[in-house]
Amino acid sequence: MPVSAWLLGDAALLVLGFLGVALSRARGGSTLVYSAAFVITALLGAAALARLLGGGQAATVTLPFGLPWLGAHFRIDTISTFFLAVINFGAAAASFFAIGYGRHESEPGRVLPFFPVFLAAMNLVLVADDAFTFLLSWELMSLASWALVMAHSRDPANARAGFVYILMASLGTFALLLAFGLLAGADGHYAFDAIRAHPPTPVLAGLILALALFGAGSKAGLAPLHVWLPLAHPAAPSHVSALMSGVMTKVAVYGFLRLVFDLAGPADWWWGIPVLTAGAGTAVLGVLFALLQNDFKRVLAYSTIENIGVIFVALGLALAFKTNNFGAAAALAMTAALFHVLNHAIFKNLLFFGAGAVLTATGERNLGKLGGLLNRMPATGLFVLVGCAAISALPPLNGFASEWLAFQAILLSPSLPSWALKLLIPAAGALLALAAALAGACFVRAYGIGFLGRPRSDAAKNAVEVDRFSLVAMGFLSLLCLLAGIFPGIVIDALAPIVRGLVGVSMAPQSAVGWFAIAPIAESRSSYDGLLVFLFIALSAMLAAFIIHRTASNAVRVASPWDCGFPDAATNTQYSPESFAQPIRRVFSGFVFTTQESVDMPAPGDLRPARYDLRLRDRAWEIVYKPVVGGVQKLADVLNRLQFLTIQQYLSLVFAALVVLLLALAIWT
Amino acid sequence: MDRLAFDIAHFLAGGLVLISFVLLYQDRLFALLNAYALQALTLAFAVAWQAHIQEAPHLYITAGITLVFKALIIPVALHRMVARLGVHREVETVVSLVPTMLGGIGLVALSMVVMLRVTHGADPLTREDLAFALSVVLLGMLMMVTRTNAVSQVVGFMSLENGLILAAAAAKGMPLVVEISVAFSVLIALIVIGIFLFRIRERFDSVDLQALDDFRGEHR
Repeated sequence: MPVSAWLLGDAALLVLGFLGVALSRARGGSTLVYSAAFVITALLGAAALARLLGGGQAATVTLPFGLPWLGAHFRIDTISTFFLAVINFGAAAASFFAIGYGRHESEPGRVLPFFPVFLAAMNLVLVADDAFTFLLSWELMSLASWALVMAHSRDPANARAGFVYILMASLGTFALLLAFGLLAGADGHYAFDAIRAHPPTPVLAGLILALALFGAGSKAGLAPLHVWLPLAHPAAPSHVSALMSGVMTKVAVYGFLRLVFDLAGPADWWWGIPVLTAGAGTAVLGVLFALLQNDFKRVLAYSTIENIGVIFVALGLALAFKTNNFGAAAALAMTAALFHVLNHAIFKNLLFFGAGAVLTATGERNLGKLGGLLNRMPATGLFVLVGCAAISALPPLNGFASEWLAFQAILLSPSLPSWALKLLIPAAGALLALAAALAGACFVRAYGIGFLGRPRSDAAKNAVEVDRFSLVAMGFLSLLCLLAGIFPGIVIDALAPIVRGLVGVSMAPQSAVGWFAIAPIAESRSSYDGLLVFLFIALSAMLAAFIIHRTASNAVRVASPWDCGFPDAATNTQYSPESFAQPIRRVFSGFVFTTQESVDMPAPGDLRPARYDLRLRDRAWEIVYKPVVGGVQKLADVLNRLQFLTIQQYLSLVFAALVVLLLALAIWT
Repeated sequence: MDRLAFDIAHFLAGGLVLISFVLLYQDRLFALLNAYALQALTLAFAVAWQAHIQEAPHLYITAGITLVFKALIIPVALHRMVARLGVHREVETVVSLVPTMLGGIGLVALSMVVMLRVTHGADPLTREDLAFALSVVLLGMLMMVTRTNAVSQVVGFMSLENGLILAAAAAKGMPLVVEISVAFSVLIALIVIGIFLFRIRERFDSVDLQALDDFRGEHR
C-alpha cells in the first residue's frame, strides 16, 4: 500500500475537522463525525496491520510543499508501520466509544473540529520523513490536543492545565527543533535520508540524546517534565483523554525511537544510563502519585507516567545491550518496550473509557463519591476490572507478558562488561518491581473504592449502565487485553521485523515453542505460557465457584446480630480513597512529595463537624520549576531596563552589536 | 589601463571614506551639509566609474539618481530646513571629536580586516570597494551614535546609505530596480524625518534629541 494512501486518509481526517465546524451545530453531527473518524482510522489501522504482517518494504513519496528547496518527504518503514497500527486502532476505538459518549458533550463545537485534526496530526508525525514535516505535524498534534484540553476552559483548573500544557509542549518542540538542527549540521540536511547519510559526531550525538529525552520525554511525561500531564489529560473529554494518554504518548515514544535509534547514528556505551535512570524514576514517581489521587481520571493520567517509565526503562536496557554488542538481549528489551507500548495503548484506552462511562453515569470523577458501581454497571465494571488487572501486570493478561519480558532482560545484565551498567540495571529493576507492586495497590484502590462496596453518594446510587457503543468499544479492548496476554508469542513474532530494524537482531521466533508459550532466551532458563495460566485460572475459579455454590449457597444462612464490626449502615464508614492510601502516603511523604495534614477537631459540645485537610504537592514544582520561574523573573527585571533607554542608547546598542559581531568575524576567521 | 582603472576606483572609494571623516569632524550644521553633498558627489563619480569599467550601463542611472537626489535635492532641502527651523547651528556631540576620530580609524581598520578576510579570492577591486563601503557604513553609524542633534543624525543616516550604494555598485549584478527602490526609500525617509524635525522643534524649540528623552522622563 503506497504512502499516498495514508496521506489521503490523513487529508480526509483534516477535511473532517473542517466539516466538524459545521456539523457541530447539526443534530446528530457528532455521531456523523465520530463514525467517519472511526471508519477512516479503522481502515488505516487495518492497512497498517496488513503491512506489518505482510512485511512490506519501506515506501516514500515527496510532495511539493513545505520548505521550497526541500519539499515534504513522507516514508513508511517498519517502525512507523507498527506505531501507525497502534495509533489508528487506538483512535478507532476512541472514535467508536465517542459515538456513544460524545452525545453527552455539552459543547460539541469545541471538540468536533479538533478531534479528527488531532488524529490526522498524529498520523502525519509517523509518516513524516524530513525534519520540517515532522516538527510541523508534531506541533499540529500539540495544538490540536491543546484545543481539546481547553474544550471546557470555563473551569479555571482546565484553563490552567491548558496553559501549563502549551508551555511544556512548546518547550518540548523547541528541544526537538534544536535536536534536528544539530542533526542537520551546517549544510542543512533536513531530509531524514540525508541525516542518516551524515551521522553526527559523538559529542553532538550525546547532545541530541539529551534533547530527544527532553523534547520527546516532555510529551511522553518523563519526570520531572511530567507536571503538565496529570493536569491536561484529565481536563479533556474522556475519549480525548484516552487518546492523549494511550496514544499521543506513544507518538512521543516514536519520536524518541526515531531520533535516538535511527537518526543519531551509532550510540555510545553510556547512552542507556540517562534513559534507564529517567525511566525508573518516572515509573516509581508516577505510580506513587497515582496511588494518592482521588480523581479517577487523574489516577489514570499518573499511571500513564508510570507506564511511560516502564517503556523507557526497557528502551534504556535495549540501548545498553545494543551498545555493548549483546544483540539478543537488546532484542529482548526492545521487544518488551514495543510490546508494552501496544499494551499500554490498549488498557489505558480501556480504563479511560471506563472513567468516561462512570462520568456519564454518575457525573463524578471523585473516587470518594463513587462505590458500588459493579452492581449498577455490571458490564462496565467487568471491563474496567480487566483493564485494572492488565495494567497491574496480573497474568494471564497482556501487561504481565510485557513487564515479564522487561524483567527477563534485566536479569541478563550481570553479563554486561561495564560496572556502571552492572550496578545501575539491577537498581532500575528493583525500582521497576516497586512500581509494579505499587501499581497493583493503586488499581486495587481505584477499583475497590469505585466499583465495590456501597455507593458513597446519590449519584453513584442512581447510576445506570452506559450506551452500547461505549460498551462495545470497552469490550473489544478487554478482549484484546486477554488475547495479547494469552498468546504473547504471536505478538512477539509480529514485532520481530521492527525490533530487527531498531537493534539489528530480533528474538528467536516464538512459534517454535509449543503450547503458545514464550521462551525469551532459552526454554531451560525461563518460559511463560499465558494459555496454560489462563486455563488453570479459569478451571480453578470454576471449580471453586462450583464447590462454593454446591456446598454453601444452598444452605440457609442466618445473619449474625454482631455485623462484623460494621454495625452502622452509613456508607462513609467504608474505606475512603484517602484512608486506603494513607500508609503509603506516610511512608513516602517528605522526599517524593510534600504533604500537609491538619485536623480541625471541634471542642466537646460544639456541633460543627470535624475537618481533616490534606494537601499534597509534587516536589518537582519546588525543585525544578520554582528556580526556573524565579530565574526568568529576575532576568526579566534586569532586562526591563532596556525598555527605558534613550534614542542615543538604542542606536549605540545596535552599533555595538554590529561592531562586536564584526570583531568576532575578524578574530575567528 | 587596468591598473589605472583600479587606481581611479580606489581613489574615489577612498575619497568617500575620507569625506566620512570630514563629516565626523564638522561642528557647524551648514558645513556638515556641504560635506555631505561632497560625499554624494564623490559617490556619483565612483558609481559612474564603476559603470564605465564594468560596462554596466544601468549603473549610470544609479549614478544619475545619486547625483540628483543626494548631491542636490537632499542637501538643498536640508539647508532650507535648517534655515527655517531657526535653531542654533552647532553640532552637539556626546563624545568629543578626538576620541570619535580615533574610534573611526579603528572602525576602518576593523572593516578592512573583516572584508579582506571574508572576501578571500574575489576580484581585488570588489574587495577594496566592499571594505571601503563597510567603513562608510560604520562611520555613518558612529556619527548617528555620537551626535545628539537630529539634523546630524539624518546626515549620518544618509551617509550610511551612501556606503550601501557603494557596496551595491561594487558587487556586480545588483539589479537596477533594487537601487532605484533604495534611492526612493531614502527620499521618503528624508520626507518623514523632515516632518518629524519640524514637529520636534514645534514642541521643544530645539532639535536636540535630549529634549525628547527629558520629555519621556526617562533620562538617566
